[in-house]
Amino acid sequence: MSDLQDLYQDIVIDHNSRPRNFRKPEGATRSIEGYNPLCGDRYTLYLKVDGDLISDIGFQGSGCAISKASASMMTDAVKGRPTKHAQELFDSFHKMLMRPPGADFDADEVGDLEALSGVNQYPARVKCAVLSWHTLHAALEGDGDSITTE
Amino acid sequence: MTSNGSGFDVSRIRKDFPILAQQVHGKPLVYLDNAATSQKPQSVLDALNRYYTTENSNIHRGIHYLSEQATADYEESRSKIRRLVNASDDREIIFVRGTTEGINLVAGSYGRANVGEGDEVIISAMEHHSNIVPWQILCQERSAHLRVVPMNDDGELLVDEYERLLGPRTRLVSMVHVSNSLGTINPMRRVIEMAHSRGVPVLVDGAQSAPHMNVDVQDLDCDFFAFSGHKLYGPTGIGVLYGKADLLESMPPYQGGGDMIKSVSFEKTTYNSLPYKFEAGTPNIAGTIGLGAAVDYVSSIGLENIESYEHELLEYGTKALSSISGLRLIGTARKKAGILSFVLDGVHPHDIGTILDSEGIAVRTGHHCTQPVMERFGIPATARASLAFYNTRDEIDALAKGIDKVLEVFS
Repeated sequence: MSDLQDLYQDIVIDHNSRPRNFRKPEGATRSIEGYNPLCGDRYTLYLKVDGDLISDIGFQGSGCAISKASASMMTDAVKGRPTKHAQELFDSFHKMLMRPPGADFDADEVGDLEALSGVNQYPARVKCAVLSWHTLHAALEGDGDSITTE
Repeated sequence: MTSNGSGFDVSRIRKDFPILAQQVHGKPLVYLDNAATSQKPQSVLDALNRYYTTENSNIHRGIHYLSEQATADYEESRSKIRRLVNASDDREIIFVRGTTEGINLVAGSYGRANVGEGDEVIISAMEHHSNIVPWQILCQERSAHLRVVPMNDDGELLVDEYERLLGPRTRLVSMVHVSNSLGTINPMRRVIEMAHSRGVPVLVDGAQSAPHMNVDVQDLDCDFFAFSGHKLYGPTGIGVLYGKADLLESMPPYQGGGDMIKSVSFEKTTYNSLPYKFEAGTPNIAGTIGLGAAVDYVSSIGLENIESYEHELLEYGTKALSSISGLRLIGTARKKAGILSFVLDGVHPHDIGTILDSEGIAVRTGHHCTQPVMERFGIPATARASLAFYNTRDEIDALAKGIDKVLEVFS
């Protein structure tokens, strides 16, 4: 195990204690619940989609620091951006989390989400980091009103 | 790590458990996840090795030397367990995979034979999922009703409510002896007495009691008692269901197969006598022999000594954790076993678990297979330190220091 600092970077702690877009946006067009039954992380994600654009996004709920910070950073990263961008960012983010220990990743592709790059060394916590992203993906694909990760 | 007044020498005991000597993430392992599974003494590891090395064979049917040896050891384990729980007869000791299978056996056999439409089964609000779901399945199948005895804010059973729930349609009570997520020790003798006064049998989930205190099934007068070998310092995949002989005799088989029959023809099968009627197929022979070795080991230390040492450790830990600001203990019953379940203001249990792990400290975080308990206390999860007799005050101190580190990271 590496230093805890890699996992709990200051920016992660900050997003956990002051989550961004932690609200239900006015005029949200979609809402979907993401739930991790193993640890009890439970969030509702709200989206306002105009055509191909995520014009607003917010979330509410509770869970561990990694899941909450990840959801918070995600909302910052995809707000005002095309849905296609969100899907591509998810791919890059997922690749970063699943890379073998010591392997490189493309920091440009993930932008601010790099703060969660240390999660790859904690396999049990990867699902915490991807919960909100799976939820977003399901919301954009429009399949069902609740998703779970294990 | 010193002896206490009762001559309990923890440092010597720890030497019997080779796994405890290792380092995790560069720190000495502090294993506080004993309610999930306990560690195994060298004598159990040796028993498994010896069985596979010198007498591996199938039991009850061979006429050759190895089979006779294995059969003798397998049956000797049954006698050891009968003595451990003070059952009156070896026939009342059924080997199963674990507590879960023991409960499923009773639900599937006794339950299906005795619970009908409109009947009721009583459990408590602090049950493990394994003592909820088998009864839900049964009740659903039989259009029967599951009744749940509530508890108070300390996690204590509300006995008056229990008495009110006992009614003319109650067919069975199935209740946990010691709660795995709260540590509560339930007043089982009273629970059983009250059920018996209405002619209702009682199953005791002893997964968390058998490894930590003397259990006397005749003194309790329970009708069934289930526990797991791996929580009692034995191997995984082996457990025990005790049942009163007359009840077991009256029950239909749980599974069909080899060993549980006297004779089979396509027209008619005659079932074997107890306990074999409930042991279909080749059993976990190695696990059973390993569990026998574990019983020898705890008996040599004495469960009453284990209980009193763990109680001292629990009191020490309760004090240490209570003094941490922002920490709340979940489960504060007056009668408690060695479980310290807690939450920290502003920190999710999952993060507590990861940070403690980086300090070499193994705790469990989550709902501990007791989601209704979490709901009752309005929390998604807890962090849980669960004690065994090889734990020390030094390890409790390490836990308290580890929690300080958690607070530091989140400050």
